[in-house]
Amino acid sequence: MTIEDVQNEIIDEFAMFEDWEERYQYMIDLGKDLPIIDEKYKTEDNIIKGCQSKVWVHANMEDDKVNFTADSDAIITKGIIAILIRVFSNQHPKDILEANTDFIDKIGLKEHLSPTRANGLVSMIKQLKLYAIAYQTQLN
Amino acid sequence: MLDVQKIRKDFPILNRKVNGKQLIYFDNAATSQTPQQVIDVIVDYYSNYNANIHRGVHSLSQEATDAYEQARLKIQKHFNAKNSHEIIFTSGTTHSINLVANGFSSLLKKGDEIIVSALEHHSNIVPWQMLCERTGASLKVIPMNENGELILSEYEALLNKNTKLVFVNHISNALGTINPIEYIIEKAHAVGAAVLVDGAQSCPHLKPDVQALDVDFYVCSAHKICGPTGVGMLYGKEEWLNKLPPYQGGGEMIAEVSFEKTTYAGLPHKFEAGTPNICGGIAFGAALDYMNAIGFENIAEYENELLEYGTAELQKIEGLKIYGTAKEKTSVISFNVGSIHPYDIGTILDKMGIAVRTGHHCAQPIMDFYKIPGTIRASFMFYNTKEEIDAFITALKKAIMMLS
Repeated sequence: MTIEDVQNEIIDEFAMFEDWEERYQYMIDLGKDLPIIDEKYKTEDNIIKGCQSKVWVHANMEDDKVNFTADSDAIITKGIIAILIRVFSNQHPKDILEANTDFIDKIGLKEHLSPTRANGLVSMIKQLKLYAIAYQTQLN
Repeated sequence: MLDVQKIRKDFPILNRKVNGKQLIYFDNAATSQTPQQVIDVIVDYYSNYNANIHRGVHSLSQEATDAYEQARLKIQKHFNAKNSHEIIFTSGTTHSINLVANGFSSLLKKGDEIIVSALEHHSNIVPWQMLCERTGASLKVIPMNENGELILSEYEALLNKNTKLVFVNHISNALGTINPIEYIIEKAHAVGAAVLVDGAQSCPHLKPDVQALDVDFYVCSAHKICGPTGVGMLYGKEEWLNKLPPYQGGGEMIAEVSFEKTTYAGLPHKFEAGTPNICGGIAFGAALDYMNAIGFENIAEYENELLEYGTAELQKIEGLKIYGTAKEKTSVISFNVGSIHPYDIGTILDKMGIAVRTGHHCAQPIMDFYKIPGTIRASFMFYNTKEEIDAFITALKKAIMMLS
């Protein structure tokens, strides 16, 4: 699936929810279901700055595709990063770099995009794209 | 007795909805809301007599100058300062603290010591670290106990003839602890040290008498006392303010200027370079009028009721732990629930229209002490109600259910 396919899939899922409660409950559940990151990757270096909660992201590349794993000490943040990982994992670095993130608005999480939000969704996207830049440079 | 329903009508913002729900504002320790009486003063200023002060001969400038200086007199009276020139308008608590810290650069030398408390806000730690770097003085810290109270025996052990300055907040922003500043001041003076008290969190709840306290410097911000942001004050004893050099150069703070030499204006203008926040200063005075009309004794009594009620209700929730259980504390409750991250609870509460603060409250050393990433902090003002606390408890229980 392309990044856009995954995003559309997520938009469809969120369209089923009637109110904020269902949306947040879903994100909380996504957070709980996020596969546990290997403890050795939960280092200071892997912490994304700019979040009120701690977020660790680790990336690796296999067959020219980037995979992400992540964790957070806050469950809603973990749900948000789970969505991002689903969108950007198993994708070519070039596609990650070129992807737009309008889907966040469409799933009713626009409030988390504001730079004043302490959860740092903006910082998370930036960090995932930074990994993509690094891997893209390796491929060139 | 205070008529809370009547008071609530003074605050237009309390009627608004957030995320479709009636706003419940429990982030008062970060900033308080503004009553119509103060909003009217701001509108009146810009509608009728906006002008630069202290220099114009025209009527508007005279009116603005009079109103601004009247506000200074109100502040003087409120804090019972001996002289009005001991009240310096600043942009707020942080500015006031930096002004004093900067001034002490020329008075300190290597080997001198500065004492701060473990309960400080970042703004009350960093300027002194910078001052120590500049002067070679060293920084000592009064430790706190598990309840969030300063350990006074440790404080006394830190005091010696090298102690030049003691900095302590009157009330802790993160925990609500009321510090025994009378005692702290008395002991500091016994070794010849000056004391600066950060009143940012105390001024909304009590009325400090700077002469009775015999405090050397006292600082606060208007926005926590129903006034606007961007304005605050520094009270300093005349003898101390005269010892400190000017902080910033510019207009207003000079007596005579030539390229060879400039002589500085006297107090308070020496510290008020440039065009000040004129409207803010006037509104600051109006905010004090508003609070004094309600009466600080009434405010303290009512807020204490809210604190006791809120504490009792919160303690009924399983797994909830309150941080800061000092005997003397103000209407601030800092807590966590089980291992749920404070950020998660804050986010869900916001969806239900409830504003609380989450995080480390700019007091990381306190969070390190308790070994927690942060807390949820609910802080009440005299316009909050028990009904709001009930709604908050219901919402909190729902958040806990969603997050568990």
